[in-house]
Amino acid sequence: MSQAAEIERSRPGLARYVPKDAPRLIARVPAVDAVGLEERATALAKRSIKRESKLWALDLAIRSMDLTTLEGTDSVGKIVAMCAKAVRPNPLDASIPSVAAVCLYPQLVPVALGQLKGTGVHVASVAGAFPAGLGPLGARLAEIREVVDLGADEVDIVLNRSLFLGGRYAECFEELIAARDAAGNAHLKVILEAGELGSYDRIRQASVLAMAAGADFIKTSTGKIGVNATLPNALCMMEAARDLFHETGHRVGIKLAGGIRQSKQAIQYLVLLYETLGPEWMTPELFRIGASTLLNDVLMQIDKERTGRYQGPDYFTID
Amino acid sequence: MSEIERTATSALEQGQPVWEYADAPESTDIVKLEDRYGLFVGGEFVEPKSGTYFRTIDPATEEPLAEIAEAGPEDVDLAVKAARSAYETAWHDLPGSERAKYLYRIARQIQERAREFAVLETMNGGKPIKESRDVDLPLAAAHFFYYAGWADKLEYAFPNRSPRPVGVAGQIIPWNFPMLMAAWKIAPALATGNTVVLKPAETTPLTALLLAQVIQEAELPPGVVNIVTGAGATGSHLVEHDDVDKIAFTGSTEVGKIIRRSTAGSGKRLTLELGGKAANIVFEDAPLDQAVEGVVNGIFFNQGHVCCAGSRLLVQEPVFEPLLDKLKERLQTLRVGNPLDKNTDIGAINSRAQLTKIEELVAVGVEEGAEIYQPECVLPERGFWFRPTLFTNVSQSHRIAREEIFGPVLSILTFRTPDEAVEKANNTPYGLSAGIWTEKGSRILWMAERLKAGVVWANTFNRFDPTSPFGGYKESGFGREGGLQGLEPYLELAR
Repeated sequence: MSQAAEIERSRPGLARYVPKDAPRLIARVPAVDAVGLEERATALAKRSIKRESKLWALDLAIRSMDLTTLEGTDSVGKIVAMCAKAVRPNPLDASIPSVAAVCLYPQLVPVALGQLKGTGVHVASVAGAFPAGLGPLGARLAEIREVVDLGADEVDIVLNRSLFLGGRYAECFEELIAARDAAGNAHLKVILEAGELGSYDRIRQASVLAMAAGADFIKTSTGKIGVNATLPNALCMMEAARDLFHETGHRVGIKLAGGIRQSKQAIQYLVLLYETLGPEWMTPELFRIGASTLLNDVLMQIDKERTGRYQGPDYFTID
Repeated sequence: MSEIERTATSALEQGQPVWEYADAPESTDIVKLEDRYGLFVGGEFVEPKSGTYFRTIDPATEEPLAEIAEAGPEDVDLAVKAARSAYETAWHDLPGSERAKYLYRIARQIQERAREFAVLETMNGGKPIKESRDVDLPLAAAHFFYYAGWADKLEYAFPNRSPRPVGVAGQIIPWNFPMLMAAWKIAPALATGNTVVLKPAETTPLTALLLAQVIQEAELPPGVVNIVTGAGATGSHLVEHDDVDKIAFTGSTEVGKIIRRSTAGSGKRLTLELGGKAANIVFEDAPLDQAVEGVVNGIFFNQGHVCCAGSRLLVQEPVFEPLLDKLKERLQTLRVGNPLDKNTDIGAINSRAQLTKIEELVAVGVEEGAEIYQPECVLPERGFWFRPTLFTNVSQSHRIAREEIFGPVLSILTFRTPDEAVEKANNTPYGLSAGIWTEKGSRILWMAERLKAGVVWANTFNRFDPTSPFGGYKESGFGREGGLQGLEPYLELAR
């Protein structure tokens, strides 16, 4: 079976588009009203999630977490420590699940693979000249192929904002399709870098383009610029995914990244997800939070819910 | 797989929601209810001369909350006398800057005690706590702040027209926004130097009586604000009282007409804010997901007990089906139930009488051949409840498209061209509000010029602000509340 046919089979209902379809796809994206969108996101963020529903959400937040480090200083030691944390977020408490994946730079993929073998924790690598995405196309695609060959089962790439904001939709789409093919059967997450797109209309258009190209996930941000995931950005992307599901029956996942440090924020995003896309999306297969410091706050909140008391930060390991 | 995950998966397989929000009720401890409330006359709570009391209940539980004095003719007379005396001796010639101080004080106290007011409003009226907390109370305080600002600037609001107060204002307010309507009435009247006798609605008197306490604590001169509780009869005593100079009424068109007849030839000034059957108009280029939110907010806000509710949805034909699908899906996520729960979207219907009226009109809709849609949701056993309801297959001649239902019931109609949208939107005896959903700015302006409605919202709905005048065309009434225009009904202006 050819690789393309395999992709087709794993994404039932999703039509195959060619690059020249891109302008038409963009043109039929519904408008987004900023005031209404922000109002709805704010209203959902006010849901009061308590006791058992809070514990359930915190458990899901861990299971959906991509524990992330994307620094030039990341070393083998750092990755080994993070992998240990990913598998056993709280070594003293067996009821705490592992996170969904670790997310790191390509060079460190083999280290993570070695540490995580047999644990069920996935290895996600950024690729394609992260975070700007403006390297030569051949090199970007080669990078994607290489991390998949190394064994990363999830690849986080960036949307080419230069082409997208320049209105060169066909070329932008062609790159996304090429990236999809390069990633093969690995889980492909396309980072829209919503904070750079300038309007919710653009975020929705970018979502549609990435989904039509076969992204398994659309992701808000690289975490490398000032504006990362926000509630309205996330809601905007979720509404795009909802329309795609109603049209095709195909489910695309949502990944939030950057700036989510507190349990309260994670729960707000889960409420958005639940009331926009429904219970089917409440799974690591279709929802991820990319974060580095969120995990300890979630652990602290779980302890607090169970015991009624807050533990000091020194009771939670820093890795 | 963790235990929680297993539970979740099996719940999903069984078609149950994966994630149940735990109950999150707002505590009622903050509210100190008395067994019995008198009338607020001349700065004091007094026993009614009528000697009669009626019970006020929580519509979500049907539990009694307190006994409320019923003001008879003698009581209304005493209240008007107190208002007249305060007008003459303490208020009308007090400098505007001094009147403003009292209004600012009241506004700050409302903010200070907002949670108490919000909980009480929800207990007595059935509206979701998130609405009383986030809409009713902040707006009520904002109205007092806003009109406090005008009190010493009336000469600038109406230059060369020597603004003078009218005298004693009789104000009758409805049960849908009890506290907010009290603020809409009292704040501009006091800012302009009038004194008032306010009659809250029979089913929702409690926040007005709490406001009386705030007014007492603010040391407003006795008699400037008087509050007489009771039913329609009390209201008509007030309307017919000879020494009342102005009547301001918010309520049904039916009662508005009676009041207009009754005040005709009496020299009393009158403003009426009455019913509505607003069109919410969605064009094919509209931001559909936000339009869905606007439609939901337009008709289900406060259980549809809103005179400016967007109760007729006019959809351009190409987007009728996608919009309807989205609306139906959205209705499934509405949380109907305990109004005190912070996650409740739709609370209790205000009274049994109102519930009966809604049920009757919905039955008529079904009889007339409209297609009904209601989401699955479990309603509490006690109290007054009605499922959010959509009607399709509705034409302009159906009663559900003409009569004000004042409940969570939306009639959906379609149109083809902007002209047809305007024609259908205006084809109603009412004219209070309208909504337009389109990405095209020029079309918004074109529509707004042609819609006969006091408020036209563009890409939003049910948005209020003290600086913006509010009021109706046709049988939705006359006179404006809010903004600079809201001062005028309470002033004599030299021509």
